[in-house]
Amino acid sequence: MLTKEQIAQRIAKELKDGYYVNLGIGIPTLVANFVPSDIDVTLQSENGLLGMGPFPSEEEIDADLINAGKQTVTTLPGSVFFDSATSFAMIRSGRVDLTVLGAMEVNDKGDIANWKIPGKMVKGMGGAMDLVASAQNIIVAMQHTNRAGESKLLKELSLPVTGLGCVKKVVTNLCVMDITERGFELRELAPGVSVEEVKAATAGTLIVEGEITVISF
Amino acid sequence: MNKVVQNAAEAIAGITDGMTLMLGGFGLCGIPENTINALVKSGVKNLTCISNNAGVDDFGIGLLLQSKQVKKMISSYVGENAEFERQLLSGELEVELLPQGTLAERCRAAGAGIPAFFTPAGYGTEVAEGKEVREFNGKQYIMEKAFESDYALVKAWKGDTDGNLIFKATARNFNPLMAMAGKITIAEVEELVQPGELDPNFIHTPSIFVNRIFQGTDYEKRIEQRTIR
Repeated sequence: MLTKEQIAQRIAKELKDGYYVNLGIGIPTLVANFVPSDIDVTLQSENGLLGMGPFPSEEEIDADLINAGKQTVTTLPGSVFFDSATSFAMIRSGRVDLTVLGAMEVNDKGDIANWKIPGKMVKGMGGAMDLVASAQNIIVAMQHTNRAGESKLLKELSLPVTGLGCVKKVVTNLCVMDITERGFELRELAPGVSVEEVKAATAGTLIVEGEITVISF
Repeated sequence: MNKVVQNAAEAIAGITDGMTLMLGGFGLCGIPENTINALVKSGVKNLTCISNNAGVDDFGIGLLLQSKQVKKMISSYVGENAEFERQLLSGELEVELLPQGTLAERCRAAGAGIPAFFTPAGYGTEVAEGKEVREFNGKQYIMEKAFESDYALVKAWKGDTDGNLIFKATARNFNPLMAMAGKITIAEVEELVQPGELDPNFIHTPSIFVNRIFQGTDYEKRIEQRTIR
C-alpha cells in the first residue's frame, strides 16, 4: 500500500516540463515535494499566485502571502500576484495543464464528489467546481476506501456531485487507474497489493486487462 | 470632493439592517479588519454578506456571526468556522455556496456593468438548480448573474486620498473586484498617502471605484495556517 506521501510521489511522475499545475488541499499539496529536479513546473494557487514557492522560514513569514489552503508560502523569481477573477480566468480558459484534487467519491464515469455531506458537513466547493469544469487533465488523489472500509470508487455517487465526467486518472493507496468510457482501468498496483484486493475495494466497474505493473520509485 | 473619513465608525455610516455587503479577503488574508470591527460595534443586523469565506470563530466575519448579525452568507468555502457550521445546520443562518470562480466573476461583472454571464462551473450540480443552461460549442454552461450589493468593504495596502488603491501579495484576492462592484465602496488601507505619491503604473484599483477611504489601525493580520519549512 502507498502512504499519502507515496501517492503524491506517484502523481509527481505525471508532471512534464513547462506545466502549470494547480494542487488541491491535502495529499495533492504534497505533490510539490516530489517535482523532478530536471523539469520546470509552475504552481498556480487560485487565491492569486502563480509561481508558488516553498513554505517560508520563520523570518520570511508574511501574513499577506498565503496559498489556497491558507498556509503561509513564499514567492520565487518570476512569481506574480493577481486578483481572483484573473485567477479563475486562467483556470476556465484551460491554461492550467494539470489539476490534482482530493475526493470523497469518484464514479466509473469520472464524476467526482468532494464538497458536501448533506446534513453533516458543509465546507463548500471553493475552487473545485471551476477547476473540474474546465481542466483538461484532472488526477484525483485519494484513499481507496473510507474509514468504515467502504469503497470510494463507485458506480453511482452517493454524495452531491462537484463535476461530471471530468476525472481522467485516480491514484489511491492501492493502485493507479485511468477512467475511460469502459470504467476504471487498472494500470498499476501498489507494492504488496493484489488485483483481488483492488477488485474487493472497488464498487464501480473495474477493467483488468493487459500489462499491470507494480509502482516503483 | 473629500473621500477621506477619519475611522471605520465614520466609514460605515449609512449601513443599515438588512443590507447586502461585499467583504474582501481570502480566508483571513486581506480582510477589512477595522470595518468588520466597526460593524460589530454598530450592532447592525440581518446582513447578507458576500465573502469567499466566513472568517474563523473569533476573527473576521466570524465576529459578526457570533453576534448573530448575519442573516445570510454567500461564500465558496466555509470550512474554518465551527460557529458558522453550527448556525447553518441548526437553520439559524442561510447560506448560498458558489464556486469560487463564479463568486469572483459575479463581483467582476457587477463592477463591469455586465448583468450576467455563462460559466461551465457547477453544471450538473446543485449549483445549477433553477439557472438557465445553454450550450456553446458543444459544452454546457449555466447563467450566473452579477451581484447586487449595497456596500463593498475592501482592504488595501496603500491608498491615496483620491481613492487609488494598491494591494499587497495574495491579500489582493477579491478586494479589487469587490471595490468595483459596490454601490458604495469603502476602502481601508494600511498606509494613506497624498495623490501623486503612488506611481500610476502600479495602481490596481482606480480611484473612480472608491467612495470612502481611511487609514486603518492595529492590524492583527492573523495567520490561519502558520507553515514553515
